[in-house]
Amino acid sequence: EPTVPQTMAPDGDVQRLLIQFRDETGESLGSPFDVPVTITPDKLQLVCNALLQKDEPVPLAFFVHDAEIVVSLAKTLAGQTVETEKVLDIIYQPQAVFRVRAVTRCTSSLEGHTEAVISVAFSPTGKYLASGSGDTTVRFWDLSTETPQFTAKGHRHWVLSIAWSPDGKKLASGCKNSQIFLWDPATGNQIGRVLTGHSKWITCLCWEPLHINPECRYLASASKDGSIRIWDTLMGRCDKILTSHTQSVTCVKWGGDGLLYSSSQDRTIKVWRSQDGVLCRTLQGHAHWVNTMALSTDYVLRTGAFEPAEATINPQDVSGSLAELKDKAQQRYDQVRGQEPERLVSGSDDFTLFLWRPAEDKKPLERMMGHQALINQVLFSPDTRIIASASFDKSIKLWDGRTGKYLTSLRGHVSAVYQIAWSADSRLLVSGSSDSTLKVWDAKMKKLAIDLPGHADEVYATDWSPDGQRVASGGKDKCLRIWRR
Amino acid sequence: QPQNEHIELHRRRYGYRLDHHERKRKKEGREAHERSRRAKKMIGLKAKLYHKQRHAEKIQMKKTIKMHEKRNTKEKNDEKTPKGAVPAYLLDREGQSRAKVLSNMIKQKRKEKAGKWEVPVPKVRAQGETEVLKVIRTGKRKKKAWKRMVTKVCFVGDGFTRKPPKYERFIRPMGLRFKKAHVTHPELKATFCLPILGVKKNPSSPLYTTLGVITKGTVIEVNVSELGLVTQGGKVIWGKYAQVTNNPENDGCINAVLLV
Repeated sequence: EPTVPQTMAPDGDVQRLLIQFRDETGESLGSPFDVPVTITPDKLQLVCNALLQKDEPVPLAFFVHDAEIVVSLAKTLAGQTVETEKVLDIIYQPQAVFRVRAVTRCTSSLEGHTEAVISVAFSPTGKYLASGSGDTTVRFWDLSTETPQFTAKGHRHWVLSIAWSPDGKKLASGCKNSQIFLWDPATGNQIGRVLTGHSKWITCLCWEPLHINPECRYLASASKDGSIRIWDTLMGRCDKILTSHTQSVTCVKWGGDGLLYSSSQDRTIKVWRSQDGVLCRTLQGHAHWVNTMALSTDYVLRTGAFEPAEATINPQDVSGSLAELKDKAQQRYDQVRGQEPERLVSGSDDFTLFLWRPAEDKKPLERMMGHQALINQVLFSPDTRIIASASFDKSIKLWDGRTGKYLTSLRGHVSAVYQIAWSADSRLLVSGSSDSTLKVWDAKMKKLAIDLPGHADEVYATDWSPDGQRVASGGKDKCLRIWRR
Repeated sequence: QPQNEHIELHRRRYGYRLDHHERKRKKEGREAHERSRRAKKMIGLKAKLYHKQRHAEKIQMKKTIKMHEKRNTKEKNDEKTPKGAVPAYLLDREGQSRAKVLSNMIKQKRKEKAGKWEVPVPKVRAQGETEVLKVIRTGKRKKKAWKRMVTKVCFVGDGFTRKPPKYERFIRPMGLRFKKAHVTHPELKATFCLPILGVKKNPSSPLYTTLGVITKGTVIEVNVSELGLVTQGGKVIWGKYAQVTNNPENDGCINAVLLV
């Protein structure tokens, strides 16, 4: 059908355009067809879903020339000259089917720790909540009643980092005395032996992904002494020691493709093969300490076989045999990863972030500049489309997850932003700051959604449960707060 | 006590007695017994004083003995985890330059509840009217003396406009009007130049408070939005009280201390 130019059309006839749907990787869907310029996203969604031929309609977001179509195609194209003879590419992005509601109120303030709460983590299914503190205990909290459940004593110094195994059956905690303990969340007792070996404090812990090994046997730990140790939790001993960094290792991530990534204060990021512990690549580029790293597949590796869309009000453990869990985890991982290799973003004290494709290249894809103080944490959104970076310059910046292009700055905090957490549908972001408030931001509107004051002192740790129901935050005022809708 | 060195002189000339060293050693050995005999026999005030002194000596002795004992044994070091736990990302960094008290909202609330303010400059010399206000003579023959000019530094608000000069009783010269004060935070020991919001109380007289006269000891309100303080309710604090610590009319600037 030929397009009708505006000048020749009588009044009442709307201009029409030729459009072609494309997905994020550039593949086209169907053939070009024409639509009136005033078409709305709802109608576009109907058409696209029809073309996709899925069982259930999936919510979609549409982008033309990198601008999202919010009201109608005409409004989005308002300022731009459109050639009516060329085909317009509209990129569609499937959104999460489920919707996480923003947390608005503090349902409880859990006291119990006698020193500042330093780390907080929900288990992969959202069933358990664990917190590590400066009083050397790890506490487990019962989420249905919001009361303390178990106190795990054993550490002799501050519990700096905690990490849940991807099946949610074990919790590893590392302390300032360089010891690692394993705990059983169902009973609060220690599993196995204390893992000692590092000479200085543990900075980060990371489990092996579920789809590689459904038993959740291996654990990687990074320490200030510059080495990374891979522990066999079943035998209770150190399997491999990866030494190459010359200064403290700040972060370690176990990728889903058999690679281990570690960032350090010596300004490098090293890529290791997890099978035999051989150093593959060294990524250089930062000018100061590399504080933090994030993988695009982080969220799916953390949740393992648990699908947030299938969450129930009462969180349950994922059931099934080891093989089933492994398959499910593998499926979820493949879906999130897509065709491209994993992407890695690193944030540093030199106020910049780098986006890398570590499996392929030593050179960064993009250098993301703009922050005015050091970057404390970076996180990919669960659908890997957005990168959020929290910095000591009181702002959070959002960047495009594929290209690293700057999207927007979220301002509102009055002092350093310490930690951030994404909701499972990638629509909301919560940030905890040293000004004692948490703020929930809407990633679509790029605005502040809800302000959550209540803590009496700095908020050191924040986490959003994978089933999207709760946010937990702990800080210097020694109490742990749970926030719900 | 020998007043001169004759004992030493004798020793140098003739040496010691043959049994001198042994006798000395044995005398010293008997000293404990001698002391105890004396202590038992003493009575009255003398005894009280002596016993007090002896008690103190004994405590010291016991301490040194214990220290010596400790030196030889290897003790399991008492693992008391230090206070001030910080997360891993803050470990290698020095503590934030803000003082801890700044963010302790509970202490703040308690103080506010008590309604008691401990001011750094509690007592100030009261300034009389002749010192602060200068008589201005007006009229054709300069006989009328109802106008006064303020000789001290003052603060007038933003929207201040003078009254018509014919009816103006108090003149506040522009040269003595200040908008900013150098405010020092008492714990941080850092000084900020903050705009003044108003004069809260001048200790000399309520008249000076209404006029906005700033002298030493005056409590003023300053705009602290620069410092980035937050209340427990999540609201940003933008006004705080500070007390003036210098004589601004002599120095040309207002120095104040923040009342936390």
